[in-house]
Amino acid sequence: MTSDPMVKAEAVHKRFGRLEVLRGIDLEVAPKEVLCLIGPSGSGKSTFLRCINHLEKIDAGKLSVDGELVGYRERGDKLYELPDREVCRKRSEIGMVFQHFNLFPHMTALENVIEAPVHVKEESKSTAEERGRALLARVGLADKVDSYPRQLSGGQQQRVAIARALAMEPKLMLFDEPTSALDPELVGDVLDAMRVLAEDGMTMIVVTHEMGFAREVGDTLMFMDAGIIVEAGTPRDVLTSPQQERTKSFLAKVL
Amino acid sequence: MLVLAVAAQIVGTIVTAPSLSWNVVLNYLFHQRILEGALRTLELTAGAMLMGIVGGVILAVMRLSPNPVVSTVSWFYIWFFRGTPVLVQIFFWFNLNTVLPHIGIGIPLTHLGLSADTNTLITPVMAVLFGLGFNEAAYMAEIVRAGIISIEHGQTEAAQALGMRRLQVMRRIILPQAMRVIIPPTGNETISMLKTTSLAVIAGGAVVELFTTGEQIASANFAIIELLFVVSAWYLVMTSVLTFGQYYIERYFARGSQRELPATPLQRFRRALFTFHAPPPTAPDVATTLPRDRR
Ligand SMILES: Nc1ncnc2c1ncn2[C@@H]1O[C@H](COP(=O)(O)OP(=O)(O)OP(=O)(O)O)[C@@H](O)[C@H]1O
Ligand SMILES: [Mg+2]
Repeated sequence: MTSDPMVKAEAVHKRFGRLEVLRGIDLEVAPKEVLCLIGPSGSGKSTFLRCINHLEKIDAGKLSVDGELVGYRERGDKLYELPDREVCRKRSEIGMVFQHFNLFPHMTALENVIEAPVHVKEESKSTAEERGRALLARVGLADKVDSYPRQLSGGQQQRVAIARALAMEPKLMLFDEPTSALDPELVGDVLDAMRVLAEDGMTMIVVTHEMGFAREVGDTLMFMDAGIIVEAGTPRDVLTSPQQERTKSFLAKVL
Repeated sequence: MLVLAVAAQIVGTIVTAPSLSWNVVLNYLFHQRILEGALRTLELTAGAMLMGIVGGVILAVMRLSPNPVVSTVSWFYIWFFRGTPVLVQIFFWFNLNTVLPHIGIGIPLTHLGLSADTNTLITPVMAVLFGLGFNEAAYMAEIVRAGIISIEHGQTEAAQALGMRRLQVMRRIILPQAMRVIIPPTGNETISMLKTTSLAVIAGGAVVELFTTGEQIASANFAIIELLFVVSAWYLVMTSVLTFGQYYIERYFARGSQRELPATPLQRFRRALFTFHAPPPTAPDVATTLPRDRR
């Protein structure tokens, strides 16, 4: 791939107190690429995703999205933290989908979807609603626009959450175990919505335990353990012929 | 049972006391002055609670600010206003003119600026309002803060991930949800405030709310207990109305929190009327399970 990377991480470090959670992450994600991230619990997958949109600050290294550092400005060889306004602007270009959906419970599905377009992008309510309805229809929820999150199943909620993120027309989508909190029979609908998104050319980083999805939809698969990327390659290669011992033992447990 | 009997005995003794004149009570119950006093009490309550709620929200958000200066200012405010009696605070505003005859804002090192006589700026009504309102803000701040921190952190993260600014997240996402936790104690505060406005009696008749009015009338006709009855009746009426209003406000902010809102007592009553030929109303939930009338 020759184009500039959408996401570029160089020696990204993150610690919580004395616990070193990310110990030098290097990776690149090309535009339209789907990167799947797997690894044992506590290996730092969520933390890394949260660093990408600056929900967590990194302690060392560089992280840029679409050619711009996240949360910092570089002047000379020093990094300066950006003001809140700039951080928020950057975040608005990056969609994020959480394990527990985190829909706004006091708003209907449609209100959830149009909240950020109207109040962050300052779109008119009617434009946002029109697009919101289309997005909800696209994830198969045309008849649920006026439902409150609590009136929806987990799978439906997660699809609203995907529509909510897409409503900001992000350049990049981050998924943190989007199906882990769902009953098995509801997983399929959410994965289908993600598959369509990938086919439409969205750049995606997906933390997942769904090896089938990773194999089918992922362009790259990375295995993370104890804050570093242990192994990376095409999903087929990593899943069928892992090179590292740690990858082998992890896959033996989950496959 | 014994307690009840004793209580009944005491009440009985009082209401049948030979010198207690029920005529006076009835005469004054709807007296113009009493009604005006009640209205003034409501105004004071509304004003002080408005100050308290607005101030409380600001203080609570400041208290939770990542900026240590901002949160310390808020902490200090709450510490001070909660730690001193409200009566003292009202006195303070009332007598501010004795040490500070003029209040002004000016541009430092120049003679430009605005200045006004303290007594014209802080009228007795305002002194009472300031005393009650600033004090209430400190209590409301803690109530609002409890509401804010009761909301799961994932809500903030989801809103931030969409690019919302901190204050936007508060106003659009966190506070509307926190309302459910904030409203019941705020209802309590309002009821308590309604009664606390009677401290305005220290204004020496300059603020004629309900209790002061009762006082003034009683000092002319010496029917003290009778007027206390009148005044109490109105306090009870007003607190009852507030309790009722609180129910509906709570219901409004509960939207989205349950699959279906419970019927209001009025709705249940209406449904019970429509279904009076159905099974007798011994099972109060029968009507609410009917499919029609979803709201
Ligand atoms: N805010 C925090 N404060 C302190 N420690 C944290 C914090 N967030 C995460 N950690 C720790 O960082 C480590 C990595 O957490 P992270 O959530 O990134 O793991 P993960 O790979 O996503 O795991 P899982 O598969 O269970 O979601 C864990 O040991 C966790 O306890
Ligand atoms: Mg995680």
